[in-house]
Parts: sequence; C-alpha cells; structure tokens
Amino acid sequence: MIAELGHYALILSFCLALLLSVVPLLGAWWQDEVWMRFSRPLALTQVVLVFASFVALTTCFLIDDFSVQYVAGHSNSLLPWYYKMSAVWGGHEGSLLLWALILAGWTAAVARFSRQLPLPMISRVLGVLGIVNIGFLSFILLTSNPFNRYLPNFPPDGVDLNPLLQDFGLIVHPPMLYMGYVGFSVAFAFAIAALLSGRLDATWARWSRPWTTVAWAFLTLGISLGSWWAYYELGWGGWWFWDPVENASLMPWLAGTALMHSLAVTEKRGVFKSWTVLLAIFTFSLSLLGTFLVRSGILTSVHAFASDPERGRYVLMLLLITIGGSLLIYALRAPVVMSRIGFSERSREIFLLLNNIILMVATLTVLGGTLFPLGAEYFGYEVSVGAPYFNLMFAFLVPLLVLIMGVGIYSQWKDTKPGVLVRKIPLLAVVSLPVSLLVPWLYGEMAFLAVVGVFIATWLTMATARDVIQKSSSKKGYIRGWLKTSRSFKGMVLGHLGLAVTIMGATIVSHYNVEKDVRMEPGTIVTVAGYQLELVKFDKYRGPNFLSERAEVRVRNSAGREVSTLFPEKRRYTVSGSVMTEAGIDPGLFRDVYVSMGELVADDAWAMRVQYKPLVRWLWLGSIFMGWGGLLAVADSRYRVRLRQRLGNDTRKLEAEVGITGKAAPFARGEAG
Amino acid sequence: MNLNISRLLLAGMIVLACQSAHALEPYEFPDEQTRLRFQELTYELRCPKCQNQNIADSNAPIAKDLRQEVHRLLEEGKRDDEIVYYLVERYGDFIRYRPPFSLNTALLWLTPIVLVVVGVGVALWLGRRRKVTSNGADDLSPEEEERLARILRAQDRTFE
Amino acid sequence: MKRFLLFLPLIVAAGIFFLFSQMLEHDPNELQLARKDKPVPAFALPALRDASRILTEQNLRGEPMLVNVWATWCPSCHVEHPYLNKLAKQYGVKVVGLNYKDEREEALKWLARLGDPYVFNIFDEDGRLGLDLGVYGAPETYLVDAGGIIRYRHVGVVDDKVWHEILLPRMQEAGWQGAES
Repeated sequence: MIAELGHYALILSFCLALLLSVVPLLGAWWQDEVWMRFSRPLALTQVVLVFASFVALTTCFLIDDFSVQYVAGHSNSLLPWYYKMSAVWGGHEGSLLLWALILAGWTAAVARFSRQLPLPMISRVLGVLGIVNIGFLSFILLTSNPFNRYLPNFPPDGVDLNPLLQDFGLIVHPPMLYMGYVGFSVAFAFAIAALLSGRLDATWARWSRPWTTVAWAFLTLGISLGSWWAYYELGWGGWWFWDPVENASLMPWLAGTALMHSLAVTEKRGVFKSWTVLLAIFTFSLSLLGTFLVRSGILTSVHAFASDPERGRYVLMLLLITIGGSLLIYALRAPVVMSRIGFSERSREIFLLLNNIILMVATLTVLGGTLFPLGAEYFGYEVSVGAPYFNLMFAFLVPLLVLIMGVGIYSQWKDTKPGVLVRKIPLLAVVSLPVSLLVPWLYGEMAFLAVVGVFIATWLTMATARDVIQKSSSKKGYIRGWLKTSRSFKGMVLGHLGLAVTIMGATIVSHYNVEKDVRMEPGTIVTVAGYQLELVKFDKYRGPNFLSERAEVRVRNSAGREVSTLFPEKRRYTVSGSVMTEAGIDPGLFRDVYVSMGELVADDAWAMRVQYKPLVRWLWLGSIFMGWGGLLAVADSRYRVRLRQRLGNDTRKLEAEVGITGKAAPFARGEAG
Repeated sequence: MNLNISRLLLAGMIVLACQSAHALEPYEFPDEQTRLRFQELTYELRCPKCQNQNIADSNAPIAKDLRQEVHRLLEEGKRDDEIVYYLVERYGDFIRYRPPFSLNTALLWLTPIVLVVVGVGVALWLGRRRKVTSNGADDLSPEEEERLARILRAQDRTFE
Repeated sequence: MKRFLLFLPLIVAAGIFFLFSQMLEHDPNELQLARKDKPVPAFALPALRDASRILTEQNLRGEPMLVNVWATWCPSCHVEHPYLNKLAKQYGVKVVGLNYKDEREEALKWLARLGDPYVFNIFDEDGRLGLDLGVYGAPETYLVDAGGIIRYRHVGVVDDKVWHEILLPRMQEAGWQGAES
C-alpha cells in the first residue's frame, strides 16, 4: 500500500513537472501574468509530492517490505535502521529518486527565495527546471521504478546492501554530491532563461551567482567525502583513482569553479557574457554526462553501479534533448557583439579569464582522458588512460593555474599598474622558493614535482595572506579590519587557502607515502617511517550481519612510546558472502598510520599492507575550507536584499531615484543582442 | 521470481569479486629500489579482468599472476620498459594505464598543451585589443558606477 | 563567422553523442586479442592424460582448430562443455583443450563424467601458456589456423549462436572444410 502511494505521488509529481514546464514558459512567451503566476505554486507542490514519494520508499525500507523489488535487492532485515535509511540511495532507482527530490528541492528554493526577481524571469527559470525534472521523473517511472513489486511470492529477507556501502560515508556522500550536481541546474536554468529573454545583463549574473556558489560548495564537500570514504573503506589507502565515476564528479567541479569566477567578472564588469552563459550550460551538462557515464555502463568503473544499455539509451536521449537543446539555443541567441567595456592585459578581467581557460583545459583533459578509450575502441584499437596520464597533466596545469592565481589576487579591474605587480610578485617567489626546497629536504628526498607542489602551495598562501593584511589594515588594527571585511572576501580567502592546503597534502602524500606489504604473525615487528608496528594477536568476532577476522596492531613512535592500537579487520558478510577489508587507521594532522589485512598466508600469519601517509588529512581539510568558504561567500550581506528591505533601509529615497532614471538603467551596461 | 533474485545475487557477487578486498603477497626483493620499482610497475599496469583497477590493488587471480610475473621479471634483471613490453605483447596496450605516445594517442597527449597555448594567446590578444578601444568616453566614472549600482539594486527590489 | 563559433560547442557535443550512441551496446570488459595473426607462442607442456607426453606449438598445426581454455573450477566451462562435445562429435571440429591452472585428477574425473570433446589436452598447471596467450578468464576459445597462426579469440561460453555467427565463418575463412552444421 505504501509503495503504491509512493508510486502514485511520483506520477502526480511528474504531471506537475509537465505543467511547470509548460504553463510558466508559455506565460512568459505570451506575457500573460496569470499563467506566469502559476510557476511558484507549481514548484512548491512538486517538491511536496516528490518528498512524499521519497518518504514512502524510505518507509518501505524501514518496515522491511521485501515485496518491493528494490528494497529486497538493497536491504536486509538484519541491517541496522540507519543503514536501512541510507540504503534508499544505495542503488540505482533510489539514487535517481534522491536526485529528483533534490532537483525539486532546488526548484522550490528558487521559487521561495527569489521574490525580488521579475516575474517573467522567475517563470522561465522555474519552467526550465521543470523540463529537467520531467526528464528525470520520466526516467524513473519508465525504466527504473523503485516501487515495483515481487508478486505473488517474495523473498523473506533481502539480498543485503553492498557491504561497501554500509558505512557513514555512504549516508552523507551521495546526498552532498547530488546537492552539488543538481544545484548547478539552477545556474543552468538562469542561463537558459536569460538567453530566452534576450536580456543577458549583469543582473542575470548576480542572480545566479549565489546559487552557483552554494552548489559548488556542496559539490566540493561531496567529492572530498567520497575521497575520504574511498580512503578508509576500500582498504587500499588510495584517495583518488581517476576512475570514470570520480572523473564524472571532478569535471562539473572544475567547470563550476570556472563558472563561479566568470560570473564574478560578468557581474562586476559586464564582460564575457557569452562565455559565462556557455560555462553555465557546460557545468550542468557535465553533471548530466556524469550520470550517463555512471548509469549506462559504457565505461568500466571500479565503483559498482547497476548498468543497463536500456537505461543508457534513455539517459542518452535525455542528454541529447537537454544538452543539445541548450547548446542550440546558445548558438542561436548568445550575443556576438563584443562589449565595448575595455580592460588591459594586466587587468583582473584577464587574470580571471586565464584562470577560466586553464580550468576549462583541465576539464577537457579529464573529459578527453575519460572518453578517449571509448573513441579509440570505435576506431578499432585499444587504449587505457589512467592515473599516470592524469597525474602528469595535472602536474602541468595546476601549477600554471596557481601561479596565475597568486598574481591575479593583486590585479585590479580594468588595468593594474605594472609597479604594483613588480613590487609584490618577487617577494612571493623569495618566500616560496626556500620553503619549497626545505620541506622536501625535511622529508628526505628532493623530487622535482614535490618541490613544485610545495612552491605553488606556499605561493598561493603568501599571496592570500598578504592580500588579507592589506585589506584588513585599518586605524583600529588588523583584527578589527579583518572582521570588517565582507563575508564574500572572507569566503574567497578561505577558498584559496583551502586549495593551497589540499595541494600541499596531495603533493606530500603522493611523494612521501611509504607502503610495505609484509607477512605478519603474533610478535612480528615492522618499522615504517620511524613507526614500529607490533602485531599482538589475531582474533575473531561476530558483528550484526558479518563475521570478522581481526588483528591487533600496536603502534609505537620512534621514541618507543605507544601511540595507539589499531584493529584492522577482514569481514565476511553472511548474507551476500562478500569479503570486505576494514583498515586500521591512526589518524593525525601530520600523518596517518594505515594498516590493512590481506590474506591468510599460513596458520596465524597474514599478509598485511602497512602504510605511512604524511599530510593525507590535509586533502580533506583543504576541501572543508573550500566548501566553508563558498558557504560564507553566499552569506554575504549583499545577497540578503530582502532582509534589508524588510527593515526599510532608505528604500524610499532610492525608489524616488529609480522613478527618474530607472528605465534607462538596464541598457546602460547591456550589450546588443 | 526466484530467477530474478538469484540474478541479483549473482550480479552483486560478480561486482564484488574484484574489489572486495585487496590481495597482496609479501614478496621478497633484493633491495629497496627493486621493491619501489615493483610498486610503481604494479600501480601502472591495469588488471585485464577487473573493472578498472591496477594489478597492485586487484584481488582477481589474473592480477595475482601478473604481480608474480612482474616480480619474476624483476628478479631476472629486466628493465621496466622490457617488463611492460613483455605484458603488452600478451595483453595489448589495454594493460598500460600510461598510454604510449604514438600517432593514435597524439591527440590525447597534445590537446591539453595546444589548448593552453591557444587559450592564453587568445586571452592576451583580447587584453591588448580591448585596451585600444577602452580609452573612449563610454567608460563610466567611479561616481557614475556607484550611482548605477545603486539604481540597479533598487530596481530589483521594486519587482518584489 | 562569429555566429559560427557559437555553434562549435554544439558540434563537439554532437560528435560525443554520436560516439555514445555507437558504443552503447559494446562490452567495455572485453579485451582485444594481442596475439591476433601471430603464431602460437612456443611452449613445451605435458599432456593431461599422459604426463610423459610433451606437447609443443608444433602440435597446434596442420588444420584449423579451436583451442579451448578450461578448468574444473570454472562454472561457465561446465555450461559450455556439452556444446563442445557436440562440436567435436557431430560437426567434426578439431578441438584442443588447454587445461588451465587445474588439478590433473579433477580434470580427468571431469572428462570421464562429462565426456571428452578434445583431441588432446595441454596440461598448463601454473598458467604459463595461458599467460603467454593472454588468457584473462576461462573459458576462452582460440581459433588457430593450419599454419599455427592465432586468428581469433572468443571470451565466454561457446554455444550454438556463437558457433554459427562468430566461429564458423572464421573457421571457413581459415580454410576449414568440415560439415556445415
């Protein structure tokens, strides 16, 4: 019964999505205010219905209704309740439903929080979001219905959730990631709406900016959660594998980063409009492309996803309509007349454009590397593109990007006096160079790429720090001055520092990671990077739905003091019979000690992998900074116009002014076309 | 019905067979450098049977065989490129995560570099070109900018 | 001209879509045969039934044949075995077995129980020959022509469909004169 209600709610929400995509768009076309006014209520009702459907599926999981095929395939009565809940998005159908729910949620959020937007604009934006959700809801209903039943007889117990996914990381990683992916649909909808209206002005950029930044922040956190999860759960100690599924999340992130910066230029200076619109389309298209790559099974991936050419064909059709359609609108409607707003080759505009170009090249490199094997196969030969290729390319692109960032931070809009750059840049180099030589020397090996990595991380940190000091100087002291800077400035600082921290972590852990595969039995002592690991004993225990072989490993530091005791495990999940490694990790700000169990090699002796991972935590620490910075920037007061308005701050005075000159305003900075 | 369930089970098991747990054998090496070479090689070689995994992390029997083979060839004193060639002869270019540079892969290797050069070139050209036209009267003075921004802000509110 | 540039992203996307539509059905897990059109690598391995009889690549010459890689631990091999019997007995195809990483006892029991379609079996206990051929999962079936050149490899179960649609045409191309079906 509950499943049927959920199914019914889903069908209704599909109908609403149909209405949402037709009524407001036609209203905007015909300039019919009544039709346009339908957009907000439709958007809000839609989210309620999708949510109801989602709650219904969750309930089916919680009450162990194994007559529902999807529940039977991804849950088990032995599973603890929180995994039953997260199992809702543990498979294909449920994660699509989560996707649709988040999309409906973003749509409703736009309807709710964009009251200052002109009605035709909001109608078009919500209409476009409605079209996207038609695609996803129909995809669920036609090919991947989570509410299908096994009738008349169904299994008494479920198959179980993939043990890899029985973990805290899985509870939070997909929702975060989808918040990011789907969040870019808002920027996309704004871009399409602006193209349809033919008014691509600076206001458009300002409206979509906060939405883009929030989505970006979520995606940043989502990706880093995924990386952290892979690190401790897959049991190899790797944190990024350049697998197609990971690349699928990295591409929108890179494009979204470019978009965020490009929107800033378009908002502040009214230039690069066509480019920014293209980036908005591109970013969301890459999110969709990611879904396709993951769901169609067209590429091999280490991550397990149900794949099916039938579904692949459907997603491909969706891609064709959404991406093809939006790029066609772009080609026909984007302005070609170059704006007459000038800037020099040392201007902030140019530095941000360079940043955009390198981010775009990075995006295309990931795209190319991911799709190249497919293209090669089409032409009859075989190529694998993996970590060595991507690492090399990023070792070339990232330093370039960061060097430009460091200089760009000091540039000014329109033109930067050469003196400013000449005064500041050499100092950056003078500080960064010794640090970049010292740090690798301390780690014991002067690898070229390690020097480069430390150099750019320091370079970026120094540039940001100096900028902070400069912007914080005030009569009342630096601290007061810093507190007085805008939240968007603080967010930017945090984001850039976060990148520096992540780069530092990635550089050091890639070059100075120590890894040993050893045979261990009770009493064995292994030394790794100064740490002594003693195997105390092996034992067995029984978990709620698994049996475990467990090792006890005592860790001592070089001084012989005991640091911690680790319990790496090898679990056999009783229902599915699959075996999982649980690593034993002693985390630290400056290093992790990582132990995982391999195989039984003799009676009471196991092959074990022992690793020392310096600065590995910095990877995720940096991304938390980045995500936090993004959220902080959105909390900036200038986005809270509504609040100020309610307070009635000198509105009347401004209204009088608009009365006189308001009509001319939109055209003063607009472009033809 | 039962068929469906068993198919589900089977699918789950096939997927897990490769990634459930990394396998490893405690190999002995004559010196530290050989051990590092072994690590590097096994990280850059792709397991032919598994879903996108290198042979160092894969648990598949074939990956185990290949690790053993790499170890044997290292002990025979073969160079890295000889070892890679030995395996490519048997399993094709598929096995190399680092694709060799050739006519077929030139596009893959060169595109990023070409794009960076072209992109940076275009950006600088744009900066120069725009500068020439920027001295016109169409630029707003700081006061005008300020006033315009205020008007735009206020105008947004009136749409409420 | 500028308008044309704006169409560029659309054109690139169209190219990618075309590629996707063409490749949707392909199996990304299937490997190409590295030794295609190359001779069978040199080997010297005992026969399964008679450990003292040493077989070499010279034994894989003379007429087009199928070399079937199998093992008792491989469930799919069990599935295809009856069809191999049929191929050998009814159609008169020369099928050579490559018993891959298996135990002699078990393998002999299997043949006694399920029938023996093989002209002879190469006993590849540690998988050396398998590795040299590029075997990555049993069952695999190699097509070797009269000159001892590897022409084709099928990965997975051989059944009626595979024989008629894939292997038979290639056998005939290699000069096989046997019965049609």
